[in-house]
Amino acid sequence: MKVLYFAWVRTKIGLADETVSLPKSIETVGQFLQWLKSRGPGFAEALKDTKFIRVAVNQEFADDSVRLTDSDEVALFPPVTGG
Amino acid sequence: MIRVQREDFDVGRELYDLTAGKHSIGGIVSFVGVVRDFVGRERDKGAPVAAMTLEHYPAMTERQLADIEAQATSRWPLEASLIIHRFGRLEPGDHIVLVATAAAHREDAFAACQFLIDWLKTKAPFWKLEDTAEGAKWVAADVRDDTLAARWEKK
Repeated sequence: MKVLYFAWVRTKIGLADETVSLPKSIETVGQFLQWLKSRGPGFAEALKDTKFIRVAVNQEFADDSVRLTDSDEVALFPPVTGG
Repeated sequence: MIRVQREDFDVGRELYDLTAGKHSIGGIVSFVGVVRDFVGRERDKGAPVAAMTLEHYPAMTERQLADIEAQATSRWPLEASLIIHRFGRLEPGDHIVLVATAAAHREDAFAACQFLIDWLKTKAPFWKLEDTAEGAKWVAADVRDDTLAARWEKK
């Protein structure tokens, strides 16, 4: 699965994008966020409070209940500040 | 029409091109977002801003802006609409965004323009990194923007 990180989520994690193989036990966005947190200190720091994390699956905003598959593009970022 | 670009735009030229020859138009409303030279809401309290860098998520930006524009078109009888959003490094005084709407009657153009910028602010994936004397800082989202966007949610 392709994962993209933007703004301070990107700088805290230290990656702009990566390809991960989704563990079989991970089915939803909520579970994926919990799993990502355990992947290292940068991930733990960036995802400390998921209230400040927005998720998009295939370029659409997604809540914790959205189901994931290996062919999805998932993006994690802070609340948007354009305009 | 949607454009996401690094380059500046000429507001007069854009409004002319958007509406030229469309004689059913009775009013054009535009909003231009500009880079401020201070952090936060009040100039005497905020640190100076020397520049800002706008990051975005290109594939999603295009989709979100197209969806938002389609929403506006379905809610108001617009004769024309335009969203241009810039990315990259910008300095105080630089244009960030242009939203323009044209309709037979002004109330539709005003409402649609306000709707477009309110939803763009909370739904289009852009992030501002401000370059201040204390270093570079990501701009935090403002809850006021959520309130302004929420008033357009269908009950």
